[in-house]
Amino acid sequence: MTPQQSKNKIFIDGMEVTYARERNVLEICRKAEIDIPTFCYHSHLSVYGACRLCLVEVEGLGIVTSCTTAPQPGMRVRTNTPEIREMRRVAIELLLANHDRDCPTCPKNATCKLQDLARRLGVREVRFRSVTPAHDIDRSSPSLERNPNRCILCGDCVRVCTEVQSVGAIDFAFRGSNTRVTPSFGKKLSESECVYCGQCAAVCPTGAIVPRSEVEDVWRALADPQKKVIAQIAPAVRVAVGEAYGLPPGTAATGQVAAALRRMGFAYVYDTSFAADLTVIEEGTEFLRRKAQGGTLPLFTSCCPAWVKFAEQYFPDLLQHLSSCRSPQQMFGSIAKAVLPAQLGIPRENLVVVSIMPCTAKKFEARRPEFASNGVRDVDYVITTQELISMIEAQGLNLAHLRPESLDLPFGQKTGAGVIFGSSGGVTEAVLRYVASRNYASDVPRIEFQEVRGADNLREAEVQIAGSHLRVAVVHGLGAARALAEKVRRGEAHYDLIEVMACPMGCVGGAGQPVMKRLSVLNKRSAGLYDVDRSIEIHTAHQNPAVQECYRNLLGSPASPKSHELLHTRYQSRRRGFSLPVEVSKAPEAQLEVSVCVGTNCYLRGSRRLLNALVEEIDARGLQNQVAVKATFCFENCTHSPNVAVGNVLVSEATVEKVLEEVNRQLASAKAALPAKG
Amino acid sequence: MTDAVAAQVDLDALERAYKEAVSTITKRVIVCAGTGCVASGSLRVYERLVAEIERWGLDVEVELKLEEDSIEENATCPGAKFLVSKSGCQGFCQMGPLVTILPENIFYVKVRPEDAPEIVERTLLGGEAIDRLLYVDPRTRKRAVRTSEIQFYAKQKRLLLSQCGLIDPEQIAEYIAIGGYKAAQRAFLAMTPEQICETITRSGLRGRGGGGFPTGVKWEAARKQPGEVKYVICNGDEGDPGAFMDRSVMEGNPHSVLEGMMIAARAIGAHQGYIYVRAEYPLAVKRLRKAINDARAYGLLGQNLFESGYDFDIEVMEGAGAFVCGEETALIASIEGKRGMPRPKPPFPAQAGLWGKPTVINNVETLATVPLIIRNGVDAFREIGTPSSPGTKTFALTGHTPNSGLIEVPFGTTLRDIIFNIGGGVTDSRGRIRDDAFKAVQIGGPSGGCLTHEHLDLPLDFDSLKGVGAMVGSGGLVVMNNQTCMVQVARFFMQFTQNESCGKCVLCREGTKQMLALLDDIIEGRATTDTIELLELLARTVQKGSLCGLGKTAPNPVLSTLRYFREEYEAHVEKKRCPAGQCKALALPTINPEKCKGCGVCARKCPVGAITGERKKPYTVNPDLCIRCGACVEACKLDAVSYA
Repeated sequence: MTPQQSKNKIFIDGMEVTYARERNVLEICRKAEIDIPTFCYHSHLSVYGACRLCLVEVEGLGIVTSCTTAPQPGMRVRTNTPEIREMRRVAIELLLANHDRDCPTCPKNATCKLQDLARRLGVREVRFRSVTPAHDIDRSSPSLERNPNRCILCGDCVRVCTEVQSVGAIDFAFRGSNTRVTPSFGKKLSESECVYCGQCAAVCPTGAIVPRSEVEDVWRALADPQKKVIAQIAPAVRVAVGEAYGLPPGTAATGQVAAALRRMGFAYVYDTSFAADLTVIEEGTEFLRRKAQGGTLPLFTSCCPAWVKFAEQYFPDLLQHLSSCRSPQQMFGSIAKAVLPAQLGIPRENLVVVSIMPCTAKKFEARRPEFASNGVRDVDYVITTQELISMIEAQGLNLAHLRPESLDLPFGQKTGAGVIFGSSGGVTEAVLRYVASRNYASDVPRIEFQEVRGADNLREAEVQIAGSHLRVAVVHGLGAARALAEKVRRGEAHYDLIEVMACPMGCVGGAGQPVMKRLSVLNKRSAGLYDVDRSIEIHTAHQNPAVQECYRNLLGSPASPKSHELLHTRYQSRRRGFSLPVEVSKAPEAQLEVSVCVGTNCYLRGSRRLLNALVEEIDARGLQNQVAVKATFCFENCTHSPNVAVGNVLVSEATVEKVLEEVNRQLASAKAALPAKG
Repeated sequence: MTDAVAAQVDLDALERAYKEAVSTITKRVIVCAGTGCVASGSLRVYERLVAEIERWGLDVEVELKLEEDSIEENATCPGAKFLVSKSGCQGFCQMGPLVTILPENIFYVKVRPEDAPEIVERTLLGGEAIDRLLYVDPRTRKRAVRTSEIQFYAKQKRLLLSQCGLIDPEQIAEYIAIGGYKAAQRAFLAMTPEQICETITRSGLRGRGGGGFPTGVKWEAARKQPGEVKYVICNGDEGDPGAFMDRSVMEGNPHSVLEGMMIAARAIGAHQGYIYVRAEYPLAVKRLRKAINDARAYGLLGQNLFESGYDFDIEVMEGAGAFVCGEETALIASIEGKRGMPRPKPPFPAQAGLWGKPTVINNVETLATVPLIIRNGVDAFREIGTPSSPGTKTFALTGHTPNSGLIEVPFGTTLRDIIFNIGGGVTDSRGRIRDDAFKAVQIGGPSGGCLTHEHLDLPLDFDSLKGVGAMVGSGGLVVMNNQTCMVQVARFFMQFTQNESCGKCVLCREGTKQMLALLDDIIEGRATTDTIELLELLARTVQKGSLCGLGKTAPNPVLSTLRYFREEYEAHVEKKRCPAGQCKALALPTINPEKCKGCGVCARKCPVGAITGERKKPYTVNPDLCIRCGACVEACKLDAVSYA
């Protein structure tokens, strides 16, 4: 043993432990397989020191928090003295006293850290009484549900939102016993800058922030004899779902999931990877075209809905850099609704598309107004991996015991390119494969691009393809994405393609995935996807027979008008909301608001005349009590002015006719919805 | 002011100019304009005095105007004979508004504007003292003409505060005239940073903000840190209920704080300083800002101080009203624009403080003491106080004592001296001085503890107080008589800390909340035999396990009352009785047999049938059944039923 080695040793409960890069005593203890309890310690977040559970006794220092104590050679640490046990127990009791103790009905039941630690630390009674008044539950967001009554104020959500995602949609407010986590000014989550990535829920030790469940909606659809319910399974789901049944992380369980879904009554089970293959072709084509024609570069990927909302909020000036491709989920929904009703001989509204996603933001994405036609969404319901697990359990099945079944054709067919979408770097690699195969004369284009794989937040690579020099960057985490986008904005980043995923390691680290104890699980899930890629015969998207058939029968060629209609989308700035409305016509009981932009651009294109005409026309049609007209200022969509918002729908290049058509549509659908609710 | 003048600041010339200016003054009237006296109307007294002197056609100056371009030569103050000036807090707030007339040193208390004509006529012109306005010793009934004849002042050692009550805080010339900024000049021109740190370390100066950490050691640590950018912060976020020492110094002698900061900056190598003042101290903010502007105009702040080539400037930051921002890491977060929450230490601010740079944070009083040490020398400083805690300490003396106000005593003074000599004893519930009514003294505010008879002769210093479960804290001193319920005292402070906890760490946020709930249970009669034990366990856990100083000391009021007044807690819990008779829910009504005529009205009103008796004979209350609703007390027309 060298002297250097003997220096880096401490004694934990009498056991000699060597340390190297560990930053604090807590990490060394955990390395020594002593699971010191914590709520607020996460290795990828700043040290917060608030939960006071990681207390240890250090000779000479007394009782200290191990997360804030740097190791000193020869330090003697005791982790479990009677005094420490008592203090930890008191801390847990204090938290439980004001915590909603409705564990059996809590979505985090059995995966809750508070529950687990209360059990582990032997808390058998709570000697303190509840002294905190109840707070309202926030169900405003389509993706997440916040229940402050279950919050233990560990601050994990606040730090992940601010430090990792650089969004800061939630923070602490008030002081002392009134402290709580909330969006600014007590607003609801849906009114905040939340991008619905759900990483707050992923780190929340209790049930204070959880993904919004759509399980009951899906069961209802399955029970409806009129409906044909089909499923699409996202790539990242298959390598994580088994964790709930004791399978090691990274085990692909697509076949078992298919079997389980069919038992529940799903008519067909398809693969989102099919749509991912479509995405590769559309995005690859867009990329090559931009590259060849000197279009706007770098091209940012657009698969991640949290990133898309993030970009709309903070980088509206860079929106032309975003690929116009819809995400695989939405491409799937759009194709399925275009093709299947005719094939199955059912009306479009009776086809129910259920996405099974690792993601909470996908729930928001599916509800974006542009992804619906005639009030019917392309994707009807989005359930997370966690929700899938709860449905399998409700069905009384054990995934691990099911015999794998194959997916349905044609949309169950996929290539390895579409599967690796679930890991950070996967989209880039899939696009590079496509680009390589398009450019190579040889029969064996390059398949593996190891340089874009890995776990670092930002990975850069330069790839030579057929004499062309491509510079790509891959980021995960929105904080890293923001830094990169700012460089692009300043003209300091010279890339051709930038892949952005909001969650750690990409979709495998999505907030809808099973609760994980260690970040290392993500590496295994990711590796599982690359294993699947290797096990499939086809690795390039355009070789997918189902995709080829789709182009033959429906789309024509990549980037054709038809594929633009079905597979592409447009973005809008969210930097300034529907701000500063000025009431023009008063309708106190109006069901619908029509806001006409009177900003400079829209004004010059006649929005003022449009406003007057609309008020007259609405009066003439006797709708003045149902529709309120407002003047507002700038939707930041000036190239398509004049802009008018009808409810939540933005009508661009608006005319009186276009606006009234939308008004009538919304009034009609509101009327249709009424008796159903009653 | 041009740079040329700024560079040529000549303190001696300024001092001469000032003395020249006041040489014609024959009488000086000092009206206390500390917040306490202002609240009781001292500004109206001031205006009335000025008007009255003018009415008599006398020359009066209300402000010394030293013309800037003639600082070197003679200051202009055209031969006025009378000077009426405002001072900072003189300490005896209870007796305000205070008016002092120099050179006779006549001291008037509770002066009203209507008294002004008489003061001008009889005292200023006639030279006699007005008996009616003199302080009367409540024990001896003797009048005192001068402060030296008043026990409240006579027993103090006013180092820091003497200037406070004398000079006009808004006149930099007055501060310079008493030797101000000479210490800073020395520090910049005649001392090395090492020497300054060594001097302060040798002086034994300890932080007056509560912890008592050696100031010189802190400075030395920051000095040794590498890096060009360092900061000095003055912590003026005084938030303890009833404490106003720092406010008085900032209001009454702001330049002493600036000078202390200049010396600290020179010692550690900082070029920027911040004074963090709570927004609830608008007068302090105003006077500090004026002091900074005046100092800049004189070249005492800004670039090239004393032609040393060294730059230093100061900014005032206003807090947003959070007590916890007095904690240094929370204060730093607040200056940085973040939520005021403490963070774990290490790293200490001296290593990584404001914006990650080495930072020294000192309390107002500490910094104001620094120039005195440099000016008068270490030995003079160490002569006062105890070996481990040299110097003086200011306290805000309040509670059941006749002379309340701001006091300054050497460390080592006993509580008995403070309470019975300076304070003048203990008052009972009717306000009479009754020394045997003494029960306890709460020292150190929400972080401090309650001490009792056995501690009266304990020499007060940082270490002795810690030893008995209290602390100097910010220096609040509340005297309590035997009508005080100690459980309610603990509850009062717990209510405060649970509101003011930042809410970050579990033990402090939830622990203070639950301690308050347990104290409520005891006070309201819901406690069981386990309650006290649970309270004690919780208090110890919070004390040991909390993140910052606020949490670690929040249980002190509970623990110290449990330590010295346990039987009082037990009486509440076991006998459901409040020995001080303050807890309404526990107050048992009793029937005075002398007064009771046996009418039975009380028994009929009693909702639980706790009152029984024979008609025409005295009734009795059954304490086991009584729910302390008080209906019987209200019902009795003969006042026979009352709380025990």
